[in-house]
Amino acid sequence: MPTVEVTFTPLPAHVRTARLVATAVARRSGVPETLLDEVRLAVGEACSRAVEAHRQHCPSEPVRIALTGQDDRFEIEVINASTAPGQARGAMAGEGTGAPAGFSLAVIAGLADDVRISETPAGTSVKMSWPVSGSLTAGGSTRHS
Amino acid sequence: MDLKLDHYSKDGIEIVDVEGEIDVYTAPRLRELLIELVNVGNYQIVVNMEKVEFLDSTGLGVLVGGLKRVRAHDGSLDLVCTQERILKIFRITGLTKVFGIHDTVDEAITNRKSEK
Repeated sequence: MPTVEVTFTPLPAHVRTARLVATAVARRSGVPETLLDEVRLAVGEACSRAVEAHRQHCPSEPVRIALTGQDDRFEIEVINASTAPGQARGAMAGEGTGAPAGFSLAVIAGLADDVRISETPAGTSVKMSWPVSGSLTAGGSTRHS
Repeated sequence: MDLKLDHYSKDGIEIVDVEGEIDVYTAPRLRELLIELVNVGNYQIVVNMEKVEFLDSTGLGVLVGGLKRVRAHDGSLDLVCTQERILKIFRITGLTKVFGIHDTVDEAITNRKSEK
């Protein structure tokens, strides 16, 4: 069960709120201060992608974020309820903003210690995790499924 | 914090001061300003990001869009940024090779003048 779950209407103005909440919960869960900027940026990127996809395909559906603090990892899952083809690979990223497609996922992959992107019945899921204090490990991975 | 934008001309180059957070919500305002500046004939632009607290890929897209517009007129768009947390995003995306990134506005202007 997530430590904190947030749902918000897919409006760009709410992405900042999501970033602030995720950063606060990450800090509370023991993510080192030096990694909090990365958490803030990565969750912002994932939420921006989700908001854009929702606005194009399902504007009445909320974006959902699950924040889970466990023993050695802090995990964030952003679920984008829109299931338009190609979203998992970032085809939607940057549309309408002038950002090259895939920029958003490139930033997420560069920031999060561990990234998993998958298509689920509920939509596209972007899961990212970071170590919490006392469990810092070298290296990370990015998985697409 | 919201986004604050200001701009002024110095030595024939338009300086855009940006303060606050550039994200999916605020980036359109920066994009509109850059488009407006180019539309009135400012093709040499320096974006001062020293007071930017947050920048995401939407903001990067706006800067890339601005660069594309000025280059269509043989112009330039340089950045002023010394904050490691902002520079990191440019490094991750490889954009350090695309933008001229300087420590101060004066350095950006001097560099631009010397390349003319």
